[in-house]
Amino acid sequence: MSEIEKLRQRIKDLEQQLLESQCKSAAREKIAQMSSEVVDSNPYSRLMALKRMGIVNNYEKIRELSVAIVGVGGVGSVTAEMLTRCGIGKLILFDYDKVELANMNRLFFQPHQAGQSKVEAAAKTLQSINPDVEIETHNYNITTVDNFYNFIDTISTSSLLGGPVDLVLSCVDNFEARMTINTACNELNLKWFESGVSENAVSGHIQFIIPGESACFACAPPLVVAANIDEKTLKRDGVCAASLPTTMGIVAGFLVQNTLKYLLGFGTTSYYLGYNAMQDFFPTMILRPNPNCDDSYCRQRQAEYAAKPKVEQTLSVADADEGAIHEDNEWGISLIDETESINEGNATSEISTGIKLAYTVPQVVNTESQEQVTKSDGPSLEELMAQMKQI
Amino acid sequence: MVDESTRKTLSSIPLLQTKAGPRDKDLWVQRLKEEYQALIKYVQNNKSSDNDWFRLESNKEGTKWFGKCWYIHNLLKYEFEIEFDIPVTYPTTAPELALPELDGKTAKMYRGGKICLTDHFKPLWARNVPKFGIAHAMALGLGPWLAVEIPDLIEKGVIAHKEKSAE
Repeated sequence: MSEIEKLRQRIKDLEQQLLESQCKSAAREKIAQMSSEVVDSNPYSRLMALKRMGIVNNYEKIRELSVAIVGVGGVGSVTAEMLTRCGIGKLILFDYDKVELANMNRLFFQPHQAGQSKVEAAAKTLQSINPDVEIETHNYNITTVDNFYNFIDTISTSSLLGGPVDLVLSCVDNFEARMTINTACNELNLKWFESGVSENAVSGHIQFIIPGESACFACAPPLVVAANIDEKTLKRDGVCAASLPTTMGIVAGFLVQNTLKYLLGFGTTSYYLGYNAMQDFFPTMILRPNPNCDDSYCRQRQAEYAAKPKVEQTLSVADADEGAIHEDNEWGISLIDETESINEGNATSEISTGIKLAYTVPQVVNTESQEQVTKSDGPSLEELMAQMKQI
Repeated sequence: MVDESTRKTLSSIPLLQTKAGPRDKDLWVQRLKEEYQALIKYVQNNKSSDNDWFRLESNKEGTKWFGKCWYIHNLLKYEFEIEFDIPVTYPTTAPELALPELDGKTAKMYRGGKICLTDHFKPLWARNVPKFGIAHAMALGLGPWLAVEIPDLIEKGVIAHKEKSAE
C-alpha cells in the first residue's frame, strides 16, 4: 500500500520536473513585429542595428522570406540555425537521414538526438531557438520519381504567401541530389545556391545559380577524371568521406552570408566562392552558362536571359573582372597549379581564371556502324520483363 | 582503367541509345526496353561463361529494381539482396545500387547500404551517358565492389556463410 503511495508521489515529482523542463525549453513567446529597441530582452536588436549602421535598408523584410534547405547535415543544419537566428520568415527542410553518433564531429546536432530523423530533430531545436520562424519538414529522398514531384510542388508553393520559395539552398552530399535540385530549379526558374565540402574535408565552395544567367550544375559537371584509375586504388582504408566541423562551418557561413546579401540586397553576391583550407585560398569568379548544356531547360533559360535587356549587369560584371587584375605585381606573385591535370585532346582551353576542363566531352559520332546497339523493335517490354524473370 | 577481362565483359553488353529518364513517358518505355535487352544479354553471357552472379527485376514502371547477387569465395556462395531506385535525373546520374543487409558493416557504403562508387565508377558513367545502362552499372560498379569488399568482409568475420542456401 505505502509502496503504491510512494510511487504515486514519485510520479507526481517527475511530472513536475518534466513540466519545469518544458517551461524552461519553451524559451519565449512569439514576437509579431521586429523591434530595433536596444534592450536585453529583444532578440532582434543586434540584427536591426544593421539598419542604423547603414548596411541593410530594410532588415524586417527577412520576416517575409522563405528559404528551402535541401540536406540538413553538416552544412545544412548550421545554415538552418543561422537563418533561424536571423529571423527568416520560413524554412523548408528536406532530408531523409537520421542523426547518428558519427555526425557528432559536426555542429548543431547533439548526442541525445541520435536516432531521430534529421529534419524532426532540427525543427525542434530551431523552433526553440526562434519560435517566430515557421518551419516545414519533409523527410524523404528527393531523387526518386515520386518524391521528386512532391519536391517540385513544395518548392513552388511553400512560401509564406503560397508562391515559390525565395531561394533554394543545396546542402547535400552527393551528385545525384545536386542534379535533381538543378533539374527542378531550371524547370521552375528558381535561383539557388549550391554548396559543398570536399570528401577530404579541406576544401569547399558555394555557387550561386541563376538559371540562364550563371552556369547551372549541369553546365559544368564536377571535373572527375576517369582515366588511369588503378583498380587497386579502389581498396582504400577508412571511410568514404572525411569531415571537419571547421570547414563545414565556414562553408555554411559563406552560404548564409551570400543568402542574406542576395535576399536583403546589400553588398555583392558571389557567383562562386571557393575555399582551400590547406593554403587559405579563397577564389571567386563568375561561371557563365554552357551554351551546349545537357539540360534543355537551362538552354531555354539562357535564351530568355539573352533576350532580356541588361544595362546594370554588364556594369557590375566589368567591375568584378577589374577587381581580379593587378596592374603592378611588384613581388611577381603568381599561382602555380600543383595538380597534374590529365588532358585529353585539346582540353586546355580556359573557361574562367584558374579553371581548366579536365576532359572534353566526346564528339557525338554516328555510332550506327561500329557500336553494338540494342534494337528498338522486337519483343515488347512485358515480354522482356517476363524473359528476364525466367532466366 | 579496367582490366582485360572486364573490358571483354563490357564489350559484349549491348550499348543503349535512348537518352530518357523515368519522367520521359514513351521515351522511357523505349529506354526500359533497351535496359532489359542489355540485362538479358549480360546475364546470358554470364551464364555461358560460367560466371552467373545476379538476377534483377523491376516494378511495372521500371523505376524500382530489386533482386539478388552472389559471390563465391572459397567455394562458398554468399548471397545478398540488391535494390535501387532509378533517379529522376537518370541516365545523367547513375543508379545508386544498394545492398541493405550490409549497411553499417563496411565503410565503403553510404546510408541505406548504397555502395560507394564515387571513385571507380561514376567518372566512367559520366563519360558514357546515355550508352551505359543498368547492366553496365552492375558490371562496372557492383561487380568490382563485391570482388574487393566481400573477401575482406569475410576475412574480418563481419559476414558469415549462411547454410540455408543449399541449392
